Amino acid sequence: MSETTYVQLLDLACGVFLLAAVLILWRRQLSAIVRLFTIQATALAGLVAVLAVHQHDTELGAVAVGILLLRAVLLPLLVRRALEASGEARETQPLVNVTASLLAAAVLALLAYAVTQPVVRLSPSPATHAVPVAVTVVLLGFFVLVTRRRALSQLAGFLLLDNGITAAAFLTTAGVPVVVELGVSFDVLLAVLVLQVLTSRMRAVFGSTDLDELRELHD
Amino acid sequence: MTAAGALGAAAQVALVGGGSPLLVGLMRQVRARLEGRAGAGVAQPWRDLRKLLRKEPITPDGTGWVFRAAPLLLTATVLVVAAVVPFATTSSPLDSVADLIAVAAVLALGTVTLALAGLDTGTAFGGMGASREMTVMSLVEPTILLSVFALSVRVGSTNLAAIVGATVHDPRAVISPASLLAAVALAVVTMAEAGRLPVDNPSTHLELTMIHEAMILEYAGPDLALVEWASAMRLGVLLGLLASLFAPWGIVTGAGLAAIPLALVVFAAKVATLGVVLAAGEVFLAKLRLFRVPELLAGSFLLALLAVAASFFLG
Repeated sequence: MSETTYVQLLDLACGVFLLAAVLILWRRQLSAIVRLFTIQATALAGLVAVLAVHQHDTELGAVAVGILLLRAVLLPLLVRRALEASGEARETQPLVNVTASLLAAAVLALLAYAVTQPVVRLSPSPATHAVPVAVTVVLLGFFVLVTRRRALSQLAGFLLLDNGITAAAFLTTAGVPVVVELGVSFDVLLAVLVLQVLTSRMRAVFGSTDLDELRELHD
Repeated sequence: MTAAGALGAAAQVALVGGGSPLLVGLMRQVRARLEGRAGAGVAQPWRDLRKLLRKEPITPDGTGWVFRAAPLLLTATVLVVAAVVPFATTSSPLDSVADLIAVAAVLALGTVTLALAGLDTGTAFGGMGASREMTVMSLVEPTILLSVFALSVRVGSTNLAAIVGATVHDPRAVISPASLLAAVALAVVTMAEAGRLPVDNPSTHLELTMIHEAMILEYAGPDLALVEWASAMRLGVLLGLLASLFAPWGIVTGAGLAAIPLALVVFAAKVATLGVVLAAGEVFLAKLRLFRVPELLAGSFLLALLAVAASFFLG
């Protein structure tokens, strides 16, 4: 693969990754959010695959396949099942309305570009130039976690955050060892399963998954 | 300035002027077929224009020169843009003024003129339409400017011919993240500017939901024909601009005369394809509530901003 093709493919994967994150913030339909996650995870896997081909690293290629299977197939499946069980189709009342969140996302993107400049300067390469994209996705994930009320939207924020962290890890380092990536991935899988159980329990107790209902401690 | 360039620019204006009503007819026909109706045929907008032109010119009592001048000015701005933008050839004699910011400003001038005419009639609906149009425009302009910056960073110039020429010579630049994000942002803005769904419904007859139609309610006869023609050309020009910026294949960059007819055919095909896609997409869309429109335009603003950021930091 020539250098220009490598840069183009890397940038394209990063662009799709970022676009999916913005659309997740934009859409209210939870089922659309799950579809966008599949797209984002595919872009992430594509990003890792491009890096693997460029570095001639079979281990990294295996990691890419693992990411694709876990994040683009298994996790959306689990979330979709939780979605069907909860019976809630959309995020009804975010704390910050969608227009304001989109403008906030613009500020967060600029913030991410500003704070990652030292990292980029450490070793300027096509991969590190794309680090701001990953950090933007991390910040967007935080934002979704803070401002959304439904348990499933919070799950979306968590997954967004984790996708961003994974992308940042692959873009800054020469390759994450399989063991580390495996550990992180199982962590995410576990978190999704726990949140799925939490969602169904909340629904059984309160009849909805509005996290604002969780106000009293229980023994 | 070359003879070929001047001829190309004249041909562009003729094609946009003659073809745009057909584009509108094509889009209505596609929509009708998808909804299971027979449709009025592709040439129906031209028949409507002919009918309107034969009618007696009439203006409401109490309207001033603004109302009378608006259709002419609106048509003039669109014709100028049609001559300036490199739809078929980049060597237009007006190349030195073919600046993307200037083009956006000229198109905005047409919008403002029509809004003033809507206010001039003094009717409730004209004022309401003008106010809504200005709201949408004030949200659209920042996105246009940011997308322009994102596209011009790569070339180092806001000259349209330079941007299009650079993309023709390096087709892979189209799939860069900056260009993709700017394309999505500009597509949303184009729909808002051209008054299509989901921002405005071009075929509505309910005054409360109108934007563009509410401003021109008081026009009749030849004036209405001019406004309708200009609106059709505006749609053609905006779609053509989108096609030229992101799919500039077939545009003549040299001074050759022979390639211009082919370039015109390719241009017409590109715009017709975009129109069919837009019309087919509109079948599945409902008009957004007016208070949800800022959300859509804030989203396109964010995409344009990310496009600028990406073109600076990834490029």
